[in-house]
Amino acid sequence: MKIHEYQGKEVLREFGVPTPRGVACFGVDEAVAAARELGGTVWVVKAQIHAGGRGKGGGVKVAKSLDEVHGFAQQILGMQLVTHQTGPEGQKVRRLLIEEGAAIAKEFYVGMVVDRAAQRVALLASSEGGMEIEEVAKHSPEKIHTLRIDPVAGLIEADAAQVVRAIGIPEAANAEAVNVLQGLYRAFVEKDAMLAEINPLILTADNRVVALDAKFNFDSNALYRHPEIVALRDLDEEDPAEIEASKFDLSYISLDGDIGCLVNGAGLAMATMDIIKLYGGSPANFLDVGGGANKEKVTEAFKLMLKNPHLKAILVNIFGGIMKCDVIAEGVVAAAREVQLNVPLVVRLEGTNVDLGKKILAESGLPIISGNDMADAAQKVVAAAKG
Amino acid sequence: MSILINKDTRVITQGMTGKVGQFHTQQCKSYANGANCFVAGVNPKKAGEEFEGIPVYASVRDAKEATGATVSVIYVPPAGAAAAIDEAVEAELDLVICITEGIPVHDMIRTRYKMQGKKTLLIGPNCPGLITPDEIKIGIMPGHIHKKGRIGVVSRSGTLTYEAVGQLTALGYGQSSCVGIGGDPINGLKHIDVMRMFNDDPDTDAVIMVGEIGGSDEEECARWIKANMQKPVVGFIAGITAPEGKRMGHAGAIISGGQGGAEDKLAVMEECGIHITRNPAEMGRTMQRILKG
Repeated sequence: MKIHEYQGKEVLREFGVPTPRGVACFGVDEAVAAARELGGTVWVVKAQIHAGGRGKGGGVKVAKSLDEVHGFAQQILGMQLVTHQTGPEGQKVRRLLIEEGAAIAKEFYVGMVVDRAAQRVALLASSEGGMEIEEVAKHSPEKIHTLRIDPVAGLIEADAAQVVRAIGIPEAANAEAVNVLQGLYRAFVEKDAMLAEINPLILTADNRVVALDAKFNFDSNALYRHPEIVALRDLDEEDPAEIEASKFDLSYISLDGDIGCLVNGAGLAMATMDIIKLYGGSPANFLDVGGGANKEKVTEAFKLMLKNPHLKAILVNIFGGIMKCDVIAEGVVAAAREVQLNVPLVVRLEGTNVDLGKKILAESGLPIISGNDMADAAQKVVAAAKG
Repeated sequence: MSILINKDTRVITQGMTGKVGQFHTQQCKSYANGANCFVAGVNPKKAGEEFEGIPVYASVRDAKEATGATVSVIYVPPAGAAAAIDEAVEAELDLVICITEGIPVHDMIRTRYKMQGKKTLLIGPNCPGLITPDEIKIGIMPGHIHKKGRIGVVSRSGTLTYEAVGQLTALGYGQSSCVGIGGDPINGLKHIDVMRMFNDDPDTDAVIMVGEIGGSDEEECARWIKANMQKPVVGFIAGITAPEGKRMGHAGAIISGGQGGAEDKLAVMEECGIHITRNPAEMGRTMQRILKG
């Protein structure tokens, strides 16, 4: 689960990481009032969306007067901000962060991630802050320093200090930088994060170390023990179809094709998308109904897929293990009757109670196209979508 | 022979008395030699009781001492599942299979750390389990699609494993053992570990390896195969069409050094001599072509 920058900074402050003073705002007048309240002569007006690359997209502006704060706030609020992480349609800006300006002497990058291979939390740090870190990794990997952290000892001072020196933070700021890394690590572990980034972490002219940005992604499997993180969820930043799906415990991701897919299991769901593409079609979604699907879940899954105006055909691909094919077949028939099924439906069933499932489909009287195996079903649904 | 488990394996079920545990214990018990294999359950609050004639013990250690079991399977809900693995490791079992889906990643990091230097092997979490057809099934896969034979199957996915097995069986090829290693970022045995076992198993002639996007386990396994594997391997990677999505950060991509995409994985696998197919419906037939030479 992702959160906004201003929320991420609140998390960082809780763990002793310094950030600029700032106020989250939802309106232009509120933004000006916030700037006045913060005082000073320079402010940063920052779009709050769940995507990076906001500066390049025009979502971050430096204001040198309250009039400029007003102007930028008006310009950014409500804009459709397009960055390399939002997709071409962009994301509507509904919140701003008004922050005091900072005197930047140098920018660094600090990130944390769960390293699958090492089975530990990895700290990544670089002297090349403010840049697109993927580019740094590609062109000058020697500038990225990686430390795998012992989960019992935690991020010890000596290790943190070594990283701090490696990225070239001056002696006078070392202690403060170590404190930042240790705070970030504690936040990462105690809040069950999967990814955290401070880009840039800055050194000020007077040798202070400050987090100018904050990105967090939390482990959805651990949210049950973090109601304070769940409270930060912003549904405006999520795909409405995906929110609807999550209510019914369905795993759904919208794609830009025209063939709806309903599958059990994430691996088989991806493979189903792959085979549709292989036969010249294009999947409209990823949809994993999980192991315990029932009639209600299948019906909801159909409703979700049919909301897509581009939908031209549906492929149901079920390999029943725990899930019995007759239960799925009953769900498909009930769903097809309940919703206005106005596109061709191809169903491929395999596994537990497959004969019973096929019988239910055949006797339903519905115009369901039966697929004998995965390839046959995929070819039939691609043909059906092409009309 | 087979790998990891056979008809003589004795199994403790952790979380046997919950709804999921009950259902799958019944299924496993009624598969092949299951009635003799599943000898104990664990629940500290229900010690002394029975389920389906299987005695319940207060702890894994008690169950092991009373029955001589060396393997456990875990259906404990996510919040307590990592602790259940820890308990099995402390009781020095040979193998733990964790079916539970949704364990917090940081719990698994701590559990894997504690497993260092211990003898216990872990399969999963978030996996279908493993099966040696006609001998024993430990997990949630449908037993009847399997057939005893000489092909090994290792996969990160659940239902996609069934797909591979189903295709093999339909073509008349049985399986020596099928292992679902699970799709979580922090897990136990990897492709490479299971591949080593299949290579050493005299009753396995060839292996189907099913991977997914993310991480670099498949690439690592592929390089090992190139240097060591004596038997043909067929490979498929799910997720060629999966979009990168609206990712918020970059750190995940960096740590794998730009690896993890399906095409990258397939390229490495092909280069290492694995017979890859881009069509998930062709896993069985690809194997058939190779075996028929």
